Amino acid sequence: MTGARTNTLASLRGSIERIEAQADASAPARVALGHAEADATLQGGLAPAAVHEVFAEGRQSAAATGFIAGLAGLVSLAGRVTARRPLVWIRQDFAEIESGALSMAGLAELGLDPRCVVTVCAADVDAALRTAADALVCDALGAVVLEVWGEARQFDLVASRKLTLAAQASGVTGLLLRVAAQPQPSTAETRWIVRAAHSPPASVGSAWGAPVFDAQLVRNRHGPVGRWIMEWKCDECLFAKPSAYPQPVAAAPAHRPHQASITGQQRRAG
Amino acid sequence: MKKEEPSIVVAKQNNALQIFALDDAAAHLGLSIGLPLANARAICPQLKVFDADEAADAKALNDIACWCDRFTPLVALDPPHGLFLDITGCAHLFGGEAALMQMICGSLSRQGFAVSAAIAGTSVCARTMTRHVSGHIVPDGGEAEAVKSLPVFALGADEAITRGLRRAGLKTIGDVASRARHEITARFGDGFTSLLEQALGQGDAPISPLKPLPDFIVEKRFAEPVATEVVISATLSRLAAMLVAAMDRQGKGARRLQAQFFRTDGAVRAIAVDTGQPVTRPEVIDRLFRERLDALSDPLDPGFGFDLIRLSASRVEIVVQQQRDLDANVHDNDELAALIDRIAARIGCKRVVVHLPQDTHIPERAVMTAPAQHRLAAAQAADWPEREESEPPLRPLRLFARPEPIKVIAEVPDGPPAWFQWRRASHTVVRVEGPERVAMEWWRSREEMLTRDYFRVEDETGLRFWLYRDGLYDREIAQREGEIVQPNWFVHGLFA
Repeated sequence: MTGARTNTLASLRGSIERIEAQADASAPARVALGHAEADATLQGGLAPAAVHEVFAEGRQSAAATGFIAGLAGLVSLAGRVTARRPLVWIRQDFAEIESGALSMAGLAELGLDPRCVVTVCAADVDAALRTAADALVCDALGAVVLEVWGEARQFDLVASRKLTLAAQASGVTGLLLRVAAQPQPSTAETRWIVRAAHSPPASVGSAWGAPVFDAQLVRNRHGPVGRWIMEWKCDECLFAKPSAYPQPVAAAPAHRPHQASITGQQRRAG
Repeated sequence: MKKEEPSIVVAKQNNALQIFALDDAAAHLGLSIGLPLANARAICPQLKVFDADEAADAKALNDIACWCDRFTPLVALDPPHGLFLDITGCAHLFGGEAALMQMICGSLSRQGFAVSAAIAGTSVCARTMTRHVSGHIVPDGGEAEAVKSLPVFALGADEAITRGLRRAGLKTIGDVASRARHEITARFGDGFTSLLEQALGQGDAPISPLKPLPDFIVEKRFAEPVATEVVISATLSRLAAMLVAAMDRQGKGARRLQAQFFRTDGAVRAIAVDTGQPVTRPEVIDRLFRERLDALSDPLDPGFGFDLIRLSASRVEIVVQQQRDLDANVHDNDELAALIDRIAARIGCKRVVVHLPQDTHIPERAVMTAPAQHRLAAAQAADWPEREESEPPLRPLRLFARPEPIKVIAEVPDGPPAWFQWRRASHTVVRVEGPERVAMEWWRSREEMLTRDYFRVEDETGLRFWLYRDGLYDREIAQREGEIVQPNWFVHGLFA
């Protein structure tokens, strides 16, 4: 009995592997994030032509936005030397009220190109989903970001499957930003939960440095999961391990208590 | 047959209810427009009285004008109850002028309107004819002869002018025309002279059509009204092919398309679609309309069916044929533009936007959003300020349209925040950088705006905020009030 079960399991596994090997043969190269450990876990990086989900708590929306903007930037640059492919950012009206509009000046500060971004303001989740499915079919795009705030019962397996099929057919990567929502069953390739992490100062002058994320990979269809602290390098447009203090730090005087006040870390610029 | 009760419509004029309109039965009793209601009741106690509703009258006239669109694209309103139809080059499509007039009058009468129509070489002449007799067709050049015997009120001039003419013994238009023009002008003004000349066919005033004349029109008439979705969409596809063929002969592509659905009961529904690039393929037109029809908030209601469906291109552009497949970007841009058109057709063109940098320091005005259909090329060529190498981000990734007020504790009033409360959650500041002082543009805003001191702040959980204090503490705030006031703090954005 046990042997029969093992055999059945083995044959099923084999057939799944064959199916996936066929899919992999035609699949485009993975997009490396730049973070060595994460790339190793993801077997080379983020899979394009698939759907990836990023979840965050309500107050972590900006961190999740930064993370997903980084992913979108990496994906839309992948395979292209000259210019980025356009990025379509679909958001629900409510998301803008709740966590602010995506600022193009902020996007430019992250090293991404605001010229490529087309924003679609959908009134509700249904319109947003429909627009996302439409956009994912268009193979001229680099990535499609769908931002939805809160729980949405429309995001069921059927909707998720539709997005995945569209992404596979066109080769466009779909990125779902779900703020203040609980993960539900879906056909996404990976699922992340993102929080903001402390950002040590990059130089002597500034109080804090580049965006740092606490990215937790909670689902990976083709591999293990993990949790890493990632820093977004604005200059190189890559994720990386957060650098330790690049500047030498003077030893604290032995005879004085450690100063924990904030005054030592502020910079007067005005 | 039962005799109809006379009915009138009254409106308040000069602080009294007066007759505004009346039917034939009331006119036979000797009532006339302008008679007070009390007098009318005295003459005929069983009068039916209705209140005038000028807005509804105007809407009815407008609806009739839309319905008349099926005969000619040039329809102009002549308030309060007239319509001009420019039927130049259209009459033969309906079997000649007489048949066309009969068709219009018959259709309107069947719907319960009292119609008086005339066809003439000039609009004023035709209008003058309708005031007296219906169904007259004035031959070309016969205008003066036709209006000669009509009374002067038919011209539709001011009450004062009509009365003056009558007092001068000029009872018919022919009488007035027989006088020298300068005499008439001296007494009644040159406005009346030109009106008279137009009525006599000696000059023409252009009519101002309700809708601009589309460049290309194709339409399909049905002997039997159609109501099913399948037939409607098939008709639209066929019309799209015809329209593209017509435009193609002149090397044009459509930027704005309109489909009009004429219902058998007279209602007309027009649906317009804009595109970012000139459209030259019928399947694209077909798809855009399908998206638009799917997304209508009040769906197309065929009622008893449509008897005419028309597709027109109201804005066209010359199409420049581009060479494909050498530059991948051109292809990509076409695809993107087509996608934007489709999404815009579905959810509205203002909801699909691109971003253009503006030359200002004020954060909320630094980026302008513009409809992607019109400004895609401008946005792709826009010149964004270069970011500084190896600097952390200085502007937040998410910006609130309306900065949200927060409670702040600072060590000194003009110092950086040490603790703040936002959306009922408290945050202790761990790292802070600032202030970055942003002065308002005094030459632009009318109301006085205060200088802002921006701080980049990280709290104990690693969340990063962009806070600002409204007003310079020692100069703008304290001085204004004359007593110690707490400065207002806001959170304006969130960093990644």
